[in-house]
Amino acid sequence: MKETSTGTRTTVVAHGVFRWPRMLSPTGDAGDAIFRSLLFCCALLIVLLLAAMIAAMAYRARPSFAQFGFDFLWGRSWNPVEGEFGALPFIYGTVVSSLIALILSVPLSLGIAIFLVEQAPKGIARPIAFLVDLLAAIPSVVYGLWGIFVLAPFVREELGPPLQGLFGWTPFFRGTITGIGMLTGGIILAIMITPIISAVVRDVLAAVPMAQREAALALGATKWETTRVVLANGAPGILGAVILGLGRAIGETMAVTMVIGNRPQISLSLFDPAYTIASVIANEFTEATGDLYLSALIELGLILFLVTFIINALARLLVWSVARRTQPARV
Amino acid sequence: MSTALPKIKVATERAGNLNLFTPVVTAPKIRVEGLNFFYGRTQALHDISLDIPERVVMAFIGPSGCGKSTFLRTLNRMNDIIPNTRVEGRVLIDGRDIYAPGTDVVELRRKVGMVFQKSNPFPKSIFENVAYGLRINRLVRDRAELEARVEQALRDAALWEEVKDRLKSSALGLSGGQQQRLCIARALAVRPEVLLMDEPASALDPIATQKIEELIVELKKQYTIVIVTHNMQQAARVSDFTAFFWMGRLIEVNTTEKMFTNPDQKLTEDYITGRFG
Repeated sequence: MKETSTGTRTTVVAHGVFRWPRMLSPTGDAGDAIFRSLLFCCALLIVLLLAAMIAAMAYRARPSFAQFGFDFLWGRSWNPVEGEFGALPFIYGTVVSSLIALILSVPLSLGIAIFLVEQAPKGIARPIAFLVDLLAAIPSVVYGLWGIFVLAPFVREELGPPLQGLFGWTPFFRGTITGIGMLTGGIILAIMITPIISAVVRDVLAAVPMAQREAALALGATKWETTRVVLANGAPGILGAVILGLGRAIGETMAVTMVIGNRPQISLSLFDPAYTIASVIANEFTEATGDLYLSALIELGLILFLVTFIINALARLLVWSVARRTQPARV
Repeated sequence: MSTALPKIKVATERAGNLNLFTPVVTAPKIRVEGLNFFYGRTQALHDISLDIPERVVMAFIGPSGCGKSTFLRTLNRMNDIIPNTRVEGRVLIDGRDIYAPGTDVVELRRKVGMVFQKSNPFPKSIFENVAYGLRINRLVRDRAELEARVEQALRDAALWEEVKDRLKSSALGLSGGQQQRLCIARALAVRPEVLLMDEPASALDPIATQKIEELIVELKKQYTIVIVTHNMQQAARVSDFTAFFWMGRLIEVNTTEKMFTNPDQKLTEDYITGRFG
């Protein structure tokens, strides 16, 4: 099918007109080409959307970036009236509340997943797994309500005082316990990310080949020792699950906003109110007056977006690496 | 003293003959009496009785799904980990019923090692793979003893020369045949008395298979070996005794020589000559 052929000009032209690029249709069939183009557009849309979001946010954040530069990241003061905008209290609040959530949630999630995959009989494992998955489907505003009416009083009256009694000498458990603050926010987040982490760890453990368990058992390993072999096999995937949970915790907005206190300060005490990036955007966006205020919030959004994007990408990579390793190995 | 006590009808008709070809007169290492095995409501093994003498190689042959692997796994209670399974009858190792209540399964599995069809090294270093059983069973006192036992196990598995310079590298980087010998070394390291092998060479090329077979013959001096194989030439090459399973029943046990030249059962002969299976 040479384009430059002279004698059979008409046929060549006909081919030239109707031949589809191989990338679109390997068979040259028009239906295939249209179908494939359509699907490609769907996929492309997502990429474009992502790029557009980043571009739009970066564009709208320009006034703030021009004013503060990278000092925005380290600024400790957030005073819209005075035109002072610093992101550090929000970054601090986001990071610390997420870390509290991970510290509480990871051991619990691992325990749930190990129990469901390694120990529980099928008849028990299925309903429990279903319930855990159901927890992930509860709207976060409902968690928030529960946090305000149940968890906050519980922290104020039951959990806070003994904690202060035991660890009051450290800087982390000082001050008045209002029940609304960093600790309550962290606990709410822990409850919210536990279903996600445990579900992913469950899948990771289930993907560890039975042969690994048999190998350990056949050498005289106990149940606990066998479980450790399984955990070692799934380690990258478990790490991925944890990071996935971290990503969720960092981005979570509603429930945290309702219980964390929403005060832009950096206080070591977990009983004190704090503020997260997601919360400040949700709370102040509607009342943001002036370009600088608005652009500062948008820049915060950009920071949050990039951080969660990177964290999620990392988590997916780690989980995939386990899935790939469990494919039949080459001989 | 017979090597076999098959209780099924076809065998008992000729049971008298069984004494004629029994070359070993020691007490059996493993004695199985009237073993039935169930997956849920499906009975996979029917009334199996069998003696396995010490320090011999016994091969289990039979068509796919005949129960030979299931039977092998009853000998170290590996089937325990499969839900909804049930065992009836007795399995005596050194005269002790391993299914008796209060049996220490962990101790049993240390004593009865196992090598699987598909090599399953841990995603750890070569050294750590072999050391694993020694560590968890606390069989060594110090590092020097650990290293000595690992080296000995690798030598016994005819792998030492190939891996001695890269003990710290990942076991997953070894070839298929090397991985399988590593698994054998791992099983040998804890010094079991019995070694169960479930088609240990079925995924290997002929050269790797030959190495495993030579290894089995060598290991017989120290261990009682039970090997499941699909490959009848392999059974003929490595084993002293052969047991033929068919549809969950033990049809015939005989010396390997007799089994492959003049089997007692018509069914065995049909299978060995390739008329079915």
